[in-house]
Amino acid sequence: MTIVIRVEDLSKEYRLGQISGGTLREDFSRWWARQRGKPDPYRKIGAVDHGNRLGEHIWALQNVSFNVEQGKVLGIIGRNGAGKSTLLKILSRITAPTSGEIKVMGRVASLLEVGTGFHPELTGRENIYLNGAILGMNQLEIARKFDEIVEFSEVPQFIDTPVKRYSSGMYVRLAFAVAAHLEPEILVVDEVLAVGDAEFQRKCLGKMSDVARSGRTVLFVSHNMSAVLRLTEETLVLDKGKLMMLAKTPQAVDFYMSSGFAQEGERRWLEDEIPASAAPFHPLSLHICNPRGQVIETVRSTESLTIEFAYRLDSPITGLRVGLYLQTARGEVALTTFDTDEASKFEAHRVRQSGSYISRCEIPADFLNEGRYILGVNASSYRVKRYFQDEQALTFSVDATGAPGAHWPETRQGLVRPRLNWQISSASEPPAFREALPAALSEQEATQHGLQ
Amino acid sequence: MTANGNVIEPAGADAERWSLVIRPQRNLFDLRLGELWKYRDLTGLFVRRDFVSVYKQTILGPLWYLIQPILTTITFTVIFGRIARLPTDGLPQFLFYMSGTVVWTYFAECLNKTSNTFITNSQLFGKVYFPRLSVPISILFSNLVAFVIQFLLFLCFMLYFWVSGAGIHPNLWVLLTPLLILMMAGLGLGFGIIVSSLTTRYRDLRFLVTFGVQLWMYATPVIYPVSSIPERYRILIQANPITPLVETFRYAFLGAGAPNLLNLLYSGGFMVVVLTIGILLFNRIEATFMDTV
Repeated sequence: MTIVIRVEDLSKEYRLGQISGGTLREDFSRWWARQRGKPDPYRKIGAVDHGNRLGEHIWALQNVSFNVEQGKVLGIIGRNGAGKSTLLKILSRITAPTSGEIKVMGRVASLLEVGTGFHPELTGRENIYLNGAILGMNQLEIARKFDEIVEFSEVPQFIDTPVKRYSSGMYVRLAFAVAAHLEPEILVVDEVLAVGDAEFQRKCLGKMSDVARSGRTVLFVSHNMSAVLRLTEETLVLDKGKLMMLAKTPQAVDFYMSSGFAQEGERRWLEDEIPASAAPFHPLSLHICNPRGQVIETVRSTESLTIEFAYRLDSPITGLRVGLYLQTARGEVALTTFDTDEASKFEAHRVRQSGSYISRCEIPADFLNEGRYILGVNASSYRVKRYFQDEQALTFSVDATGAPGAHWPETRQGLVRPRLNWQISSASEPPAFREALPAALSEQEATQHGLQ
Repeated sequence: MTANGNVIEPAGADAERWSLVIRPQRNLFDLRLGELWKYRDLTGLFVRRDFVSVYKQTILGPLWYLIQPILTTITFTVIFGRIARLPTDGLPQFLFYMSGTVVWTYFAECLNKTSNTFITNSQLFGKVYFPRLSVPISILFSNLVAFVIQFLLFLCFMLYFWVSGAGIHPNLWVLLTPLLILMMAGLGLGFGIIVSSLTTRYRDLRFLVTFGVQLWMYATPVIYPVSSIPERYRILIQANPITPLVETFRYAFLGAGAPNLLNLLYSGGFMVVVLTIGILLFNRIEATFMDTV
């Protein structure tokens, strides 16, 4: 197979915090020091190496090398800040690498660019030309595909209306129609599944499959493991800018999900985040763990998860209840639960003495549907006082890999995704117990015959 | 597709096979102007976009292109002509100020608008690659549209004054007009992209530019003729590369002032230097500027 993307020893360094010296004088003395081969006079002395951080610098990518063959669909996974987006940015030439290089064969286009450069005052027609040109098509190419684009966009009657009058659905359809007709040799898809409605996502995925089928190459970056599993053959796992693994997708996803790379899944409250009114209640931390006790950000719907809320009481509280709110990213409340919901537990913990506590709650496996969830916490005494509340303490994702129905590439409606007991039987044939009856009868007959 | 590269490349695979090689810092002089040419359709569409969108949802629409210079000229005529009584080389005050305004506005607009390139387009630049230089170049052309309209307006007024017998003497120097326009555009672009490159690091420059361009106008013979400047200060005014452009334009169409080719040559040289520095700087900044916004 021909290699169409070759990434060699690619590194990208970002400076953290204040960008550049800020003043001309500082920059000048830096430059002067460099010219004479002296160290940077403004570099912090004895800066400690925190993993991929060195002082105020951060390596978003570190010595990453891999090849992609033509016609492959490559998944790229990793938690936030792992370097996925940086990799795509370098590949689409939005920013330059610090060292190393990428060699590419063919035109690179990204579905991230949908609607880029659309001007609200221009008509649909004008925007098709402008957007097409921004994406790298020339006038002739656009003119040739114009009718096809308009038809695909399903807005032919509004093509001479300024796009600011479009509904958001029409806007996205038109924008996507342009991007879809770009016909790049290499298509980059970054998190598109997180934006747009279900219909739009379906179109994007459809387009991806088309591109892959026609022998072109796709790079697919996503947090959605089931989509990665469904759509890609091989997957690359990034963590803190390093290439951890490049393997067949099921193997790579399994490695990623079970290695604890999948994000912090932890919230700690700083002193200034706690209002004075919370006293004597003092929240410490909130964790989400998988059954192996690892703190994670993405949990599998097929595994149970444990939520641990640690707090300190500076003086005893009577009738305290510590609870959790679970909401979806769209704001639907999935459940509310308190640690003293059981009457017996409430009796047992009528007064909680000062000291440190952990309230731990297990959410069973095969319960939550896939998606993004927001976890909130609350500590109160019923009808007496609300000590502390943080409705958005932590967010986490539920991944539906292996969940009921996950073999169909569709989004399941609903908050819960239980594994229900289904029976399938044929209504035209007699039910099973009747089938069993004649046999039993004949057996009976046989014995009777035998008796005779 | 492997991490350790155990796919054997076909024999004869070499650098030419790749359509694109992405490297940290390109050669300083690798300006990729060919690519800019490849994207010329985009530059054209940017011009069209600017022209169409600027005056949408305004009552007077493109009439503003005419109102702006007329109002400026009237203001100048009243303040500098009637009140301050600055000399105008014996020319009708209205024409004198208008000629200066039309030329200066083109240069100043090019400089002002291109100096914001990176800041105003960071959204776009952050999402898709195209030669960044096509944005400031498109600005030169959309400003040229405004310039041409204002220039035609100036010609109308000139004709009116000429017919009504004012002492103006258009001459063969008018043939240099395209060159003057080119030099104004070049200088505006050069200064503009230098500033736009520097503002990605030093934001304060943005405020300095708006202010600085205003001051610069007073250092240019827009509201006064060079002849009104005492001999010993004249060298300062002549050091300004815009001065010969305004003087030549005014002489060509109105016939007053003393242009000379040497001064024009100086402006041309100045333009080449500024433009070269600007493009080199711009080229260097565009590779990584997304990391600093």
